[in-house]
Amino acid sequence: MTHAHAVLRALAAGALLASALAAAAAPEAAAKRATGVGSAAPEFSRKDLDGWTIDLGALRGRVVLLNFWATWCSPCLSEVPRFAQWQRTYGAQGLQIVGISMDDDEAPVHEAYAKFQLNFPVAMGDVKLAQTYGGVYGLPLTLLIDRGGTIRFRHGGASDLAQMEHEIQGLLAERR
Amino acid sequence: MKVRSVVLFFFLSALSALATSAAAAETAEQPIPPAHLMQPAELAALLHAGGERPLVLQVGSRVLFAQAHIPDSEYVGAAGQDAGLQALEARVQKLDRAQPIVIYCGCCPWPKCPNIRRAYAKLDGMGFTHVRVLYIADNFGADWVDKGFPVARDEQ
Repeated sequence: MTHAHAVLRALAAGALLASALAAAAAPEAAAKRATGVGSAAPEFSRKDLDGWTIDLGALRGRVVLLNFWATWCSPCLSEVPRFAQWQRTYGAQGLQIVGISMDDDEAPVHEAYAKFQLNFPVAMGDVKLAQTYGGVYGLPLTLLIDRGGTIRFRHGGASDLAQMEHEIQGLLAERR
Repeated sequence: MKVRSVVLFFFLSALSALATSAAAAETAEQPIPPAHLMQPAELAALLHAGGERPLVLQVGSRVLFAQAHIPDSEYVGAAGQDAGLQALEARVQKLDRAQPIVIYCGCCPWPKCPNIRRAYAKLDGMGFTHVRVLYIADNFGADWVDKGFPVARDEQ
């Protein structure tokens, strides 16, 4: 039996175990990450692309849209122009959008920032920051943080932007 | 004579551009046959069972890989970018074309993933006959980590 055949047989045998394993897999990980909603947003401070400091703690009193994205992520690129529009529309009411790029390199992020005429700060992300937020294992990921610093909504993958905008309007209407 | 040379130059240039465009489109859009797809639970069961295992390659984001990846899988580069595709080619160049390989990404929802189809097309084009593609519908977090399947992380 060739190595390939042996592996393929193992694959077939493994398929029989698949459903049982999936059923046995504990959903704790999902539950743990879901608990991010309703908890305080972990504070962080880092430089944006222009060298200015983004200090999440200093944004208390504002509604923050924290967006993890990357230039190679097409669903992300379909969202960021809308975010720039929201920054213009709702900025005076207290909305602050913060972008965290998960690109490996900074150069394409600068290009995208210029191309999409982004008007909100973007910093480079890393594993440490991602883990602080319970892991960023897929993009885009957007968190809506209320004026008191609590994570209120979490959107992963291609999001319903109309729904997200509705949520932002609700958070902006809340008193501290 | 001079006019004929210019016309010939533009004709050949146009042909070249067309060929390049067609090749790029084929690489980016080549569908993955359903029989070559693999469900996460199937791969998890295979890893759980032990024994011989395929070469498992991550063809997406380095930052996402560093946070969480399938144990013993290798990061080769984002296949949606030329450098990543070249790294994939270099990694498998010397392997037997019957080598079982599983590729995965999970950076984005499946229809939007910029990496996985190009990686599959590359391996298929190189003549690999036992390539399976891990079907990650939403992202690696939702379809692997949150399912409780085994995860490894890079040292911080």
